[in-house]
Amino acid sequence: MRYVIIGNSIASCGCIEGIRKVNLENEIVVISNEPYHVYSRPLISYWLSKKISDDKIYYCPKNYYEKYKVKPILGVKVERVDFEKKKVYLENGEEISYDKLLIATGGKPFIPNIPGLNKKNVFTFIKFDDVKEIDKVICDGMRAIVVGGGLSGLKAAEALTKRGCDVTVVELADRILGSILDNEGAKLVQEELEKHGIKFILKNSVIEIIGYDKVKKVRLQSLEEIPADLVVFSIGVVPNVDIFKDTQLKINRGILVNERMETNIQDVYAAGDVVSAFDMILGENRVIPILPNAYIQGEIAGLNMAGEKTKYDGGFPINSIGFFDIHMMTGGLVNPIDGCEILKRLEEEKKIYRKIYIKEGKILGFMFINSFDRTGMIVDLMRNKVDVSNFKDRLLLDNFGFLDLPKETRKEKIWRS
Amino acid sequence: MIIETKDKTKRRIYPKEEVCIGCHLCEVYCVLAHSGTKDLIKAFKKKDKPTPKVIVEEKEGYYITFALQCRHCDDPLCTKACITGAMHRDDKTGIVVCDEDKCVGCWSCILVCPYGAIRRGENKKVASKCDLCLDAGEPACVQNCPNSALEIVEA
Repeated sequence: MRYVIIGNSIASCGCIEGIRKVNLENEIVVISNEPYHVYSRPLISYWLSKKISDDKIYYCPKNYYEKYKVKPILGVKVERVDFEKKKVYLENGEEISYDKLLIATGGKPFIPNIPGLNKKNVFTFIKFDDVKEIDKVICDGMRAIVVGGGLSGLKAAEALTKRGCDVTVVELADRILGSILDNEGAKLVQEELEKHGIKFILKNSVIEIIGYDKVKKVRLQSLEEIPADLVVFSIGVVPNVDIFKDTQLKINRGILVNERMETNIQDVYAAGDVVSAFDMILGENRVIPILPNAYIQGEIAGLNMAGEKTKYDGGFPINSIGFFDIHMMTGGLVNPIDGCEILKRLEEEKKIYRKIYIKEGKILGFMFINSFDRTGMIVDLMRNKVDVSNFKDRLLLDNFGFLDLPKETRKEKIWRS
Repeated sequence: MIIETKDKTKRRIYPKEEVCIGCHLCEVYCVLAHSGTKDLIKAFKKKDKPTPKVIVEEKEGYYITFALQCRHCDDPLCTKACITGAMHRDDKTGIVVCDEDKCVGCWSCILVCPYGAIRRGENKKVASKCDLCLDAGEPACVQNCPNSALEIVEA
């Protein structure tokens, strides 16, 4: 029996550890086009801002592959998979057959097709190599344009600012962080980033990159031109499914999986940013590219590949992210839906914001800025669909805790743990 | 065969809210136990106020108090949500620990811990959580609770 995993990031680790909980002997082969020992992609902005050194970007200890008896094939691209013959074909001509396959190819940057992309100093912001390239050219006082005001775009903007760049963020929507915050929350964060010198151009986009060989300026949708020394595209991430486009693998934006993380093809599983899996708040499958889901899905896939019968209950978006001195945690819905109740607490001078959406007693979403201790308890209430009607006003307190839960719930939760 | 089960700690500290008097001595002794000194004054007299790894829940309007520590879950979410690999189960002891050198303070663990048992440590730079005082035998909070409101159970 041979397990083959395409991808060498978080879902892959989840899968390896899932398999090894059940099976110590069978061969595990991990293939990645990146040449690195497994590292953490969310750490690239920390690396670029020099908050962490080279050795800290690695997600697992050096002896990881040995410890888990994994054969890594790194720096080699998978060309295609033949699901009939159960074989993976690599670009170097090698063929690897599998008994069970995990597709954990993650996401790839979405880049709009605009003129001038081939100029020097145009980057994306997903992989270790991206920040290594940026690091090579970056110097104090450079004018940087970050295209996209989402989670990774703003982490890029923060890191570039810390490295001395003069940063402008161009965002198509009318607010930053549209995937995790509403207008009020986004305004608080934008003000904080502006304090650190980051400029914002909203409701606009870059339509052309101008320069001879290097970037000199960018042209905006408004036809305005801004001088620039480097451009970072961070508009969004899409599932990396290119090599499966003309196969029988079912894809709807992401690879469709069932609750066992199986695809429509027998013995083929998928996990992480590449899948469209069950969202327990919306009640439908969708792509939720966040790290905890990647690990959990990978682990479920691994357990099932190794013969266990385990189900993925589903997930929903949750994020913990900070820029300079402002930190936020969010989860579930960003915008209210029909018939939901909105609880809110805003203290503008302290930049504290807590907002919660509740429908039929259940929490559907929350946004917490600068007040987030013990947020996991809120996420737990959501995950377990607990009726919070009797203590809902307490959810807005900084020190919400077990004392706010009914005695029985509290005791059962703690004593059963 | 499940590899992990035998490695997991089965020790849990349970609070008894009926007898907790809210004195916060568990916090004091927790700080002392993790301070690297045996001198209480030295343990507290630091530039950054030390963070205890135990949380005493107490609120105005409630007559109840109790102390809570990391549950060292059998299937922890903090280790799965950690973006650095800092939060992990220690191979030797089977407890869930945070490698503070690796932690970058992204607080993903706080986002997912169902018990709210992980805190931002000193200076709010890295995650801080109960390690069951493994170096010292019986946990300091349990040992020093004047009313036996904390007990350690080996399940």
